[in-house]
Amino acid sequence: MEIVVAIGIGVLATTGVYLILRPRTFQVIIGLSLLTYAVNLFILAMGRLVVDGAPLLAEGADPSTFADPVPQSLVLTSIVISFSMTALFLVVLLAARGITGTDHVDGDGMSA
Amino acid sequence: MTGLLEVLDRHVSIVPILLPLIAAASMLLLHERRRRAKAVVSSVTLAAMFAATLRLLMVVADPSTPEIVVYRLANWSAPYGIVLVADRLSVLMVMVTVLLGAAGMTYALSRWATLGPRFHSLYLLLLMGLCGAFLTGDLFNLYVFFEVLLAASYGLALHGSGKRRVKAGLHYVAINLAASVVFLVGVSLVYAVTGTLNMADLAAKAGQLGPDDLVLLKAGLSILGVAFLVKSGAWPLSFWLPTTYSAAAAPVAAIFAVMTKVGVYVILRLAALLWPGGEALALFGSSWLLYLGLATVLFGTFGVLASSELPRMAGYLTMVSSGTLLAVIASGDPVVLSSALYYLIGSTIGIGVIFLLCELVNRRDGEVAAQAVGPVFHDDFETQLRNEFEGVELGVTLPLATTLLAAAFFFVALQLVGLPPLSGFIAKFGMLAAVVEAGSGGYAHAPASAAWWVVGVIVFSGFCVLVALMRKGVNVFWAEPAGTTRVVRPLEAVPVAFLIALLVALTVLAQPTLRYTAAASAGLEARSSYLSSVLQGPEGEEP
Repeated sequence: MEIVVAIGIGVLATTGVYLILRPRTFQVIIGLSLLTYAVNLFILAMGRLVVDGAPLLAEGADPSTFADPVPQSLVLTSIVISFSMTALFLVVLLAARGITGTDHVDGDGMSA
Repeated sequence: MTGLLEVLDRHVSIVPILLPLIAAASMLLLHERRRRAKAVVSSVTLAAMFAATLRLLMVVADPSTPEIVVYRLANWSAPYGIVLVADRLSVLMVMVTVLLGAAGMTYALSRWATLGPRFHSLYLLLLMGLCGAFLTGDLFNLYVFFEVLLAASYGLALHGSGKRRVKAGLHYVAINLAASVVFLVGVSLVYAVTGTLNMADLAAKAGQLGPDDLVLLKAGLSILGVAFLVKSGAWPLSFWLPTTYSAAAAPVAAIFAVMTKVGVYVILRLAALLWPGGEALALFGSSWLLYLGLATVLFGTFGVLASSELPRMAGYLTMVSSGTLLAVIASGDPVVLSSALYYLIGSTIGIGVIFLLCELVNRRDGEVAAQAVGPVFHDDFETQLRNEFEGVELGVTLPLATTLLAAAFFFVALQLVGLPPLSGFIAKFGMLAAVVEAGSGGYAHAPASAAWWVVGVIVFSGFCVLVALMRKGVNVFWAEPAGTTRVVRPLEAVPVAFLIALLVALTVLAQPTLRYTAAASAGLEARSSYLSSVLQGPEGEEP
């Protein structure tokens, strides 16, 4: 399972990085979204991958059979924050499109 | 009454965070046109924040009271709950933020606050994020406060709208979103290795790690470091900085001067907690910080020399200031650090003044109305607001305005260049003397000549900044076409005068201030007392 998650994160991060280096604002925002997905998965994976483990400890139980609840709560925070920031970026992007008349990130529409 | 004061005193650490949040949220309920009510709420909030910070400052500076005030949210003890830690360094940073914030807000009241919706709320949220980032003792909480201050800063950077601002804002938002991603990767790696997010607990656990885990921890911290270097504007992660800062509205740019210092502060805090943590960690980052700092100073210096507009110049001056701080704190020597903190106060306030002056100096008769540009979004009240504003007269035209502006500009130039008699000189002299004194011992993991490189680069940059600022001053004030008059409204002159008075006070009261910064850097050095006060259980209980 580790290898599947690792490849998934890697693919998401690679495409994300490639897309934020593209000249169109829409590509940049999709790239940032993919990067945040990669990071959210990464945070979850940092709590060790546990299958069928509750994130709550019962008294006297073996801690290694339970999922770590902290990364799960962290990832919740980070999902909310990155989602709202992406929405905010989308607004700036639309404003830039309206004001400069092009969707190039530098607002000059030179190259493709 | 005394009971109430006691309760307030117990919760004083959280006031600079909670109060602007409440005020900002409640101001959303006020109609955009109730400017006077908003101005009153903002001013009262800032006054109360100042009072709370002053109280904290008195507590941590007084030798008879504890020098570290730990506030446990919901009274959960340290590694499990989130703590706010107010020690001398963080209180000093909060104080600088509040003072500069108050000046910027006063300046904005005269015009900028009315040139677009929800300025007051965004500004107070930015202050909240800054204070929170300085006070928190938890890495993930730091991320949250970073996002709070960044979200507010996105709105503020675009405040006033216009093509230039939106273009600069687009880059600014994109880069900071990418930096936040990097931040999260770093935080989660650190958590994966140590199982904690509390900075004190992290410092305690870092010393006990095996060599395999230590490699991962170092990787995590280096990734975190990259995120902080983006915020602090270190070369080569800072090409966005001059464009964004010079495009932002004057009072916004002034408070942005503190934002780069958040990055420097966090690097300083984490370095102080983690560097002494065992021999193996001592190598982490110190020489890189030195080289990046020097490169930033040089890049900023050439930028200052090359820029023709004052706002852009101020943006590069911000880089010179953070670069100097990064290069100097890399030495880790407590004597160097105490002068560096003194330099930080003076240079942050000085850059704030320059940003405020930029607008006043460049504004000529009749240009005020022309500067107001079309909005990005159409608000229901927007047209009404603008029409209302167009009727407002420009205020008193001071015949002395140009003279006073020139005097203020010259004064701040002296401060930033570091010429006597101002605090800039005392600070730079102190830093360089201490760097030379510490010699090769200061930069333990850099070549022996590192100290002389630091001295050379900082003196060279001071000289170049002097040339550039004087050239600009001559162009702006002396080589003007005759008959140019400048307009300064009283509400704009007051904050500039206030900040300059602060700089004078900083110079006159150099001894007590330096004593305080020396105590602050000694407090950073005394890591064990930080650890024990944070990790101790709630009052009256043993951990």
